[in-house]
Amino acid sequence: MANKVEAMAGTKPQDPKSSDPSLFDDISSFNFSLKSLKLKTKQQEFLIRVTILCLVYVLAFSTRLFSVLRYESMIHEFDPYFNYRTTLYLTEKGFYEFWNWFDSESWYPLGRIIGGTLYPGLMVTAALIYWGLRFLRFAVHIREVCVLTAPFFASNTTIVAYFFGKEVWDTGAGLVAAAFIAICPGYISRSVAGSYDNEGVAIFALLFTFYLFVKAVNTGSLSWALASAFGYFYMVSAWGGYVFIINLIPLYVLVLLVTGRYSMRLYIAYSCMYVVGMLLAMQIRFVGFQHVQSGEHMAAMGVFFLLQVFYFLNWVKHLLSGTKLFETFLRITVTSAISVGILALGVGSASGYISPWTGRFYSLLDPTYAKDHIPIIASVSEHQPTAWSSFMFDFHILLFLFPAGLYFCFKRLSDGTIFIVMYGLTSMYFAGVMVRLILVATPAVCLISAIAVSATIKNLTSLLRSKSKVHSGSVKGSTSGKASSKASVDQTLPFQRNAAIALLLGAFYLLSRYVIHCTWVTSEAYSSPSIVLAARGAHGNRIIFDDYREAYYWLRQNTPPDAKVMSWWDYGYQITAMGNRTVIVDNNTWNNTHIATVGRAMSSYEDEAYEIMQSLDVDYVLVVFGGVTGYSSDDINKFLWMVRIGGGVFPIIKEPDYLVNGEYRVDKGAAPKMLNCLMYKLCYYRFGELRTEYGKPPGYDRARGVEIGNKDVKLEYLEEAFTTSNWIVRIYKVKPPIIGGEFSNSLSFLPLD
Amino acid sequence: MAMKLKLINALFFSLISSLSFFLGSSSVGIHDGLRITNAERRIDLSSHIIKVFLTLKVENKGVSSMSEVILGFSPVEIDHLALLKAAVPGGTKKKITYTSLDVNPKLPDGPNGTKYFSITLLNPLKAGEAVTLEVLYILTESLEPFPSEISQSESQLVYYRDSAVILSPYHVEQQTTFIRTPSTRVESYTNVEPTNRAGLELKYGPYIDQSPHSFSPIIVHFENNNPFVVVKELVREIEISHWGSIQVKEHYMVAHAGARLKGAFSRLDYQSRPSANGVASFKQLLARLPPRVSSVYYRDEIGNISSSHLRLDFKKSELEIEPRYPLFGGWRSTFIIGYRVPLEDFLYESTDGSRRYLNFTFGCPMMETVVNKLTIKVVLPEGSKNPTVVAPLTLEQHLEIKYSYLDVIGRPVVVLTKRNVVPEHISPFEVVYDFNPAFMLAEPLILVSVFFVFFLACIAYLHGDLSIQKYKTS
Repeated sequence: MANKVEAMAGTKPQDPKSSDPSLFDDISSFNFSLKSLKLKTKQQEFLIRVTILCLVYVLAFSTRLFSVLRYESMIHEFDPYFNYRTTLYLTEKGFYEFWNWFDSESWYPLGRIIGGTLYPGLMVTAALIYWGLRFLRFAVHIREVCVLTAPFFASNTTIVAYFFGKEVWDTGAGLVAAAFIAICPGYISRSVAGSYDNEGVAIFALLFTFYLFVKAVNTGSLSWALASAFGYFYMVSAWGGYVFIINLIPLYVLVLLVTGRYSMRLYIAYSCMYVVGMLLAMQIRFVGFQHVQSGEHMAAMGVFFLLQVFYFLNWVKHLLSGTKLFETFLRITVTSAISVGILALGVGSASGYISPWTGRFYSLLDPTYAKDHIPIIASVSEHQPTAWSSFMFDFHILLFLFPAGLYFCFKRLSDGTIFIVMYGLTSMYFAGVMVRLILVATPAVCLISAIAVSATIKNLTSLLRSKSKVHSGSVKGSTSGKASSKASVDQTLPFQRNAAIALLLGAFYLLSRYVIHCTWVTSEAYSSPSIVLAARGAHGNRIIFDDYREAYYWLRQNTPPDAKVMSWWDYGYQITAMGNRTVIVDNNTWNNTHIATVGRAMSSYEDEAYEIMQSLDVDYVLVVFGGVTGYSSDDINKFLWMVRIGGGVFPIIKEPDYLVNGEYRVDKGAAPKMLNCLMYKLCYYRFGELRTEYGKPPGYDRARGVEIGNKDVKLEYLEEAFTTSNWIVRIYKVKPPIIGGEFSNSLSFLPLD
Repeated sequence: MAMKLKLINALFFSLISSLSFFLGSSSVGIHDGLRITNAERRIDLSSHIIKVFLTLKVENKGVSSMSEVILGFSPVEIDHLALLKAAVPGGTKKKITYTSLDVNPKLPDGPNGTKYFSITLLNPLKAGEAVTLEVLYILTESLEPFPSEISQSESQLVYYRDSAVILSPYHVEQQTTFIRTPSTRVESYTNVEPTNRAGLELKYGPYIDQSPHSFSPIIVHFENNNPFVVVKELVREIEISHWGSIQVKEHYMVAHAGARLKGAFSRLDYQSRPSANGVASFKQLLARLPPRVSSVYYRDEIGNISSSHLRLDFKKSELEIEPRYPLFGGWRSTFIIGYRVPLEDFLYESTDGSRRYLNFTFGCPMMETVVNKLTIKVVLPEGSKNPTVVAPLTLEQHLEIKYSYLDVIGRPVVVLTKRNVVPEHISPFEVVYDFNPAFMLAEPLILVSVFFVFFLACIAYLHGDLSIQKYKTS
C-alpha cells in the first residue's frame, strides 16, 4: 500500500523532471519507481510534506477547540454577537434584505444602516459555508458554522503560510511557518472556536493577498496579480485592517524602486493589483470611494502614478540615446510629476474631496494621540499600547527567532525576502502601538522565525550528514551564527558533530517549550467565552456564573418586544443579539455624541438622568456589577470612562467631581457626586443590606475590597426589575412620567399581550 | 374582561336556572326515564389542574331501557375541559375493578348553551334498574387569581367558580359537593345552605330533589401557591434511527399563569428570606423521562443552561431543571430538552420483518403542567412507508417531510397535535410503518462513494498530465 502511495506521490506534476517517465511507469509497473532511488526519496519527501501539512491543518483546528470542550459551542465576547446576529439575518432573509437592512434595534432613535456600515465578508463566508453544507444535506445549525469559522480559516492560514514560506525561502521554511502559525498564541487569541470576528477570516485573507502579490512580483504573471487583487477584495470585504495592505504594498514597491530593484514584473504586479483591487474594493459599501478620496489611501495612488512615471522614463531612456539629454528630461519630468502630485493632493485636501486621516489612523502613528483626543478609542482595552510581557506571552521564542530570521533574510535578499522583512518590521511597530495589532504581526513573525529555524536546522543537519566528506566541504557558508562560530573555532570533525548535535537538541528543546507554552496559553488565557464566567470554589469545584445570559434571556422573555434598554455600549451587541431588545448605544461606536449622552445620564444625579432617559425613551437600564462576586470588569470600574466620554461632549460633566484628590473610590471617602450619581445608585441599590463575605460588614464590595459609602440608596424614578442570581447584571425599570404629581402606575402594569 | 364575561355568564345561568326546567323538558325529553338518585362530587383544587370526581347513581324510572347517560357542562367549563372519563365499577367488594366507558359529545346543546356528553353503558339499563357511574373530568385554567397582581412577598389568592349543584339534564334526588382547597386559608365562599367548612374541605349539600338544569353559582376565594406552570406550546420531536437510538428533542414555552408580579423583583429579598418571598413563584421543574436515557441536554436559544440534575433509575429517569431565572406570575421562559433512548426499548418489529411498531409515550414529561398545545413529530427513517398512528386519544394528524443529515428523498414525519393536555393524558401511542432495512445502508454508501470518487479524482489528477505545454524531459 505504502509503495502505491509513494508511486502516486512521486508522479505529481509539480515535479517536472519525473513527470514524463511517470506517464509510462504508472501504466507498466511500479517497479520502475522503486528501483530509482532518487525518485524514491523525492516521493518520500513529498509524502512526508503532505502528511505534515495535513497534521498541521488538523492541529490548527483542534487546538482552537478548548472553549467548545470546556464550555459549549457558543459565540464569545462582544463583537462576535453582532456578527452572529447579522449572519442569522443573512441566512434567514437572504442577501438583498441583509444588504439593505436598516436596523432599528440599535442606536435608538437613530438606527443603523447595517449594510452600509459593516464589512460583510465574514457573514457572507459563514452563510456560504452554511448554505453549502445544507445543500450537501448536512443539517448543521448556523451557530455551529459561526463558531467553527475562525478555526477553519486558521487551518487554511497554515496552508497559505506554507506556500508563502516556500515562495520566499524553501519548503522547509514553509512547513515550519505553517507549524508555527498553527499554534501561535498571537493568532489563537482571535481565532478560537466561538470568536466569530472579522479577524478570524481577515488574517487568512491578509496573508493570502500578500502571498499572491509576492508570487505575482516573482513571476510577473498577470494571473497571479489578478488573484492577489481578488484576495485584496476579500480582505476589504472582511476587515478594516485592509488599510495595512494598501499602505504596505506601495511602501514595498517604493523600497524596491529606491533600491534599484524595479522590474517589469513589479510593474505588472502592482499596476494590475492596484487598479483591479481598487475597483473591486469600491463595491463594498462601507469602503465606497475611500480609495480615491481618503488620505489613508493616497499613498497607494501616489506610488501607482510614480510607477507609471518610472515606466515612462524607462521607455524614454530606451528611445533617447544621449545620457545627458535623458538626465535633463528626467529632471523636468520628475519635478513636474512631483509638483503635479503635490498640487493635486493640496487642492483635493483643501476642497474637502480628500478626507484627512481618521483618528484611529492617527493613533497608530502617534500612540499618545487617542489618549488626548478620542477617549472612546482609548477606553477600549485592546487599543492600549502593548506591554513587553504580552509580546512574550503571544510570541514566546518567536520573539528571539525573529531577529535571527531577519539576519537570514538580509543575507539572502530577494524581492520576496524584502517583502517579508518589511511586513515584519512595520507590523511589529503597529503591534507595539496597539495590543490587538499583535495579530497582524503574527504571520510575519512566524514566517521570519520559520526561516531562522529552518535555515539553522538545515545547516546543522547538513553538518551531521557531511561527516563522510572531506574537511573543506563540511563547513557551509550559511550556517547559523552559533554553529558557524563553533565550526570555525574547531575544525576537528567529531567535535563539530557533537556541537551540531547539541545545538540541534537545544533547538528541539526550545521548539518543544514553544509548543507547551502555546498550548498552555490557549487553554488558560484565550479560551474563555467571557459570557460565562468560571471560578474555582472553596473545594476546588468549578462554579459557573451564567449571569449575563440569565439577564439577557430575562429581557428577551419578560419585557415588551419594543422596550428600549440603556446600558454602557459594551453590552449593546449582546443585548440585541441575546436579549433581542432595542439598545441606545452599542459596540459600533459610530456616534460619539450618543454614547456621551448615555455616559452623561450614568454620571448625573437621578433626576437629571431621568430627563435624559425620558428624552431617549428608555424603558430599562442595565448595569453590570461585580461587587458580590468580585468580578472586576464591571461598570463601576469602567465608570471613569463614562465620565470622560460624557464630559468630552457635555462639559457639565467634570471628571474631578468624581474623584477625591485624584483618587477614584466608592467607600465613605468618595466624592459626593460619585455617591449620588445614577451609576452608583443602580449598582449599589440595596447592596448595603447584603452580607457578601463572612467577617465583613454588610455592603462590602468584593471587587474593590471596600465597604461602600452610600448604603441607603433610594431610587425615585427607577425601580428594580431584575437582578441575576450572582448580582452581576442588574436591570431597572424606568417609571413612567409623573402625571398630576403622581406616577401613573396603572399604565406601567398593563398586560403585555 | 374575561372575568366580567364569566360573571355575566354566571348571573345569566342563575336567572335562567328556574326557567330551564320548562325549556329543558323539551330538549331532553327522551331521557325522561332516568333519574340520579345520589350524586357525590369531589372537586380537588390543590393545584392549578382541577380534578373533579363525580359518582352518580342512576336509576331508570321510565318504561323503556336506556343505553346512555347524559352529562351536562356549562359553556365555561367546556372551554377548559381537558379530559373526561367515565367508568363503571364492578367486581367483588374486596377488589373493585373499573370498566371504562365510551364518552362522546352529544348534540344538540341544551338550554343556555349547555353541552352534553353521553356515556354509553355496557348494557342498556332496563326499567327499574340502577347503575353507579364514576366520572372524572379535569378542568384547566379555571382558577382566576384575585388580586390579579401580587407583590413578591404576597401569596397568591384565586377564585374558583362553579355551581353548588350539579348541572344535569336529569332530576337529581340527592347530591353533595366536596371542595378540597390546598391550604386552610379560605378568604370567602358563597354560602348555599347547607354549607360547612372543616379543615381543607368545604362541603355543599346535601341538596334534595334538584330539578334538571339547576344551577346555583358559587365562588370560592382561597390561597393557592402551587406553581401555575403552563406550557404554552410544546413540540416533541422523536427521531428514529435504525442504527440504535431514538433522539427526542422537546421545545418548551413555559409561562407562570398565576397572579402577575406587581412592582419590583428584589433579588435580595428573594435570596435572604426564601420562605416568605416568592412563594407563588417556581424556580424548578421536574421532568420524568424514560429509563436508560443518555446524552441529555438542556438549553435554550442562547446556549446551554447549566442548572439541571439528572437522576437515573431502573424504572425512570428524573431530570430536574431550573430555568435561567425563577418564574413569577406572568413571566415566561423557553427552553429545549433533548435526550437519547435506546431503540430496542421502544421499537418492535413484526414477525415478517417488514413492519415496525414504535411505542412511545404521549403527553408532557413535565410534572403537574398544563400544555396548551402539544405537537408530537415522529420523524421516521428515510424510506419508511405507510405510517399509521394508533392512539387512545383523538389527535389531529398530518404528514410532513424533513431533511436531515445526508437525506436524499427526505424523512416522513408524522405530526400529531392536541390542545389542552394534562398529565392524565400520558399514555402510550403507537406508530406503525413499513421499512426496508436496505435503506439503512443508503447513507454509509453515499459517504463511501463520495470518498471513493474523491480518491479516484486524486489518482487521476496525479497520474494524468493536464498541462498544455510539455516540459522538457531531462
